[in-house]
Amino acid sequence: MILSEQKPFDEILAFLEKDNSVFVLGCNGCAQSSGSGGPRQVEEMSEKLAAAGKKVTGSKVIDFLCEKALVKSGLKRRVDQLKEADAVLVLTCGIGVQCVAAALNKPVYPGCNTVNLGGSRGEWEGTERCYECGQCLLYHTGGICPLTACTKSLVSGACGGANHGKCEISPDRDCGWELIYNRLKERGLLDRLDDLIKPLDHKKIMPRPEMMATPRYGLENPPQAEKPAEEVKAK
Amino acid sequence: MSLQSKLESGQFAVSCEFGPLKGTDTHEIEENLNILRGKVDAANVTDQQSSVMRLCSLVTAALCVKGGLEPIFQMTCRDRNRIALQSDLLGAWVMGIKNVLALTGDLPALGDHPEAKGVFDLDSVTLLMAIKQLNDGFDLAGNELKGKPAFFPGAVVKVDSNTEAAYELQISKLKKKVAAGAKFIQTQAVYDPNSFEKFMKRVEKFNVPIMAGIIPLKNAGMARYMNANVAGVHVPDELIEKMAAAVKEDREKVGIQIAADLIKAMKPMCQGVHIMAIGWEKKVPAIMAEAGL
Repeated sequence: MILSEQKPFDEILAFLEKDNSVFVLGCNGCAQSSGSGGPRQVEEMSEKLAAAGKKVTGSKVIDFLCEKALVKSGLKRRVDQLKEADAVLVLTCGIGVQCVAAALNKPVYPGCNTVNLGGSRGEWEGTERCYECGQCLLYHTGGICPLTACTKSLVSGACGGANHGKCEISPDRDCGWELIYNRLKERGLLDRLDDLIKPLDHKKIMPRPEMMATPRYGLENPPQAEKPAEEVKAK
Repeated sequence: MSLQSKLESGQFAVSCEFGPLKGTDTHEIEENLNILRGKVDAANVTDQQSSVMRLCSLVTAALCVKGGLEPIFQMTCRDRNRIALQSDLLGAWVMGIKNVLALTGDLPALGDHPEAKGVFDLDSVTLLMAIKQLNDGFDLAGNELKGKPAFFPGAVVKVDSNTEAAYELQISKLKKKVAAGAKFIQTQAVYDPNSFEKFMKRVEKFNVPIMAGIIPLKNAGMARYMNANVAGVHVPDELIEKMAAAVKEDREKVGIQIAADLIKAMKPMCQGVHIMAIGWEKKVPAIMAEAGL
């Protein structure tokens, strides 16, 4: 799940300054549940654009815009509306906007900002977050991640900025290291506080190059089916 | 005598601190050098404290060396990754800077460039590890150096905390800092010699020289502000009342007297004091004289 929120309308209008007509595209996946680009928001956006003097040539909500094959098949019957539009406004996450921009030979503008979830992968209730650091430290910290629970992602302990157990960044945020301390104490594991953790390996925190290059489940790049034995033999 | 030789030979040391200004005007640095030279053993040069962008601590510390005042180069992990930190450390040594105070640093969001990226590639403990590694002639990646420094690394600790977890975390982190190579410790401001005594008993076993932090009070409002906003600083009501009761002309005298009394009370328990005058650098010699230092 990716969380997105609509850009301020003024910013969207500024993108469309030199365009008279626009096609509005939404997504029935994460953008729909984010409340930023589902059917309702696409309709509202179309009305606002029309009220601002733009000609809306058409609109469509597709599930899912992160899949180029679905973008193309979903827009097959809207070719005329798309042709008529000077630009396409896409209400979804950054992945969806990039897929639409790659699939259409048109100026494509983002109508949303994608929000950093700080390691969360969904909107379920709960405070656990994974940083995907590739060097899990939870053994040392009583099962609470210091990278996501501590505002500074400190691995060596509290910074000293906490006041009454709350982080200096906000009275609404618990000091992650105090949570870790209390958990370790509760479980009789306070000696883990003495563990010296080496500086993080940021190579492992960066996405691996192959992760950046291949959409694992992309329909556009289906995994190569194994070739029949005789064909291999023939080569 | 250098700060290192003084602390290593068991003598009582005095440090103070000042922060460079925003801009290229080094007038105030010159003034501070003239006031403090020959008076204190060393002076901390703060590293863009409170995440407010200022002239860098490295160059200011180098100016102190040139001006005959031994600097304690404060280094935070907020603005530099491990490559830049190590590189600046090598530069500091070449400029004659021997003392380094390793700090994690404040969040950029609290300063005057709240949009800035906080780096925190290392933290106070892993920065101390890096300093130790450089002293041993290698960088953090294990590559050999051509010419190595011999830094005297230090770190900080908070004496007072308002939760058990925060207090214990300070002590466990201090243990880590000493294990990672810290050779001296400066504390956050202390206003209660009893709580300092209790703290010193807990950390005695770490066997590291500790310098008690002193912030002279300028008025009662300042004390109340610190109580409300500065984590780990607690000014007892009694001292606030003393400041509040003083007439305007006497306030400075009372503030200096309180600081001197605290120094006298804590001197037998520790190996030095660290006076953070916050703009009152001129008063440091008076505080020392009043405390009998």
